[in-house]
Amino acid sequence: MEIRSEKNEGKTVAYIYGEIDHHNARLAREKLDKIIEHDRPISFYLDLSSVSFCDSSGLGLVMGRLRKCNTVGCTLTVQNPSGAAMKILEIAGMDRIIRIEKGE
Amino acid sequence: MADRVINGMKIEFMAKSVNESFARAAVACFAAQADPSVAVIADLKTVVSEAVTNSIVHGYSGVEDKSLCPIYIQCRLFESGRLVIRIKDRGRGIEDIETAMQPLFTTDLDGERSGMGFTVMKSFTDGIKVHSRLGKGTTVTLEKRLDRK
Repeated sequence: MEIRSEKNEGKTVAYIYGEIDHHNARLAREKLDKIIEHDRPISFYLDLSSVSFCDSSGLGLVMGRLRKCNTVGCTLTVQNPSGAAMKILEIAGMDRIIRIEKGE
Repeated sequence: MADRVINGMKIEFMAKSVNESFARAAVACFAAQADPSVAVIADLKTVVSEAVTNSIVHGYSGVEDKSLCPIYIQCRLFESGRLVIRIKDRGRGIEDIETAMQPLFTTDLDGERSGMGFTVMKSFTDGIKVHSRLGKGTTVTLEKRLDRK
């Protein structure tokens, strides 16, 4: 699992590459929170297009980042979730709670 | 007519989170012989990951020496194409299985657990059974039809 981010004015996009499970969710959480705290964006995008595996730890990760974004006062959008990520988000009904944007 | 077991495997590993990917890959490799679809393999990996994570996070919570924390996986492939996966730990056990299986229920409030593990296991399989004894451990049995491509 790898995370890269890019900042453009008030918008930060963080890209997650690889597998999200309980083992690497903690590291992902730390890295993403560091990015949010450093960039202080108005809108934070989590790009899940390159997530090859995602279990319910990924849900916890997204829900946790929603809380984090609410705390620092920015919006969270999940961008282009892969099939693996979308299936988990849908099962939890998170597609109704979190803004999801598909397609470039 | 009784459904005959045509192949089986057993593995045992320590309850370390780094082994979550090993466990799901091992089961996926075993299942591959039945030539299931990519979607079925993806579901299998997810449910194994959920059950193993539960054993690590809940079953063995608070145990420092992971060499004392075994997780066992047994797979049996049946003639009909059913795969039965049994994931077992010798951890603390679940006090109230029905409550534990409710969506969004979690006892781990600091770890950002979603409480959706059992819901995912139920949704992604054709059957789930949970057997648990306090202080003895938990066994989760999952069944999935490996429909051919």
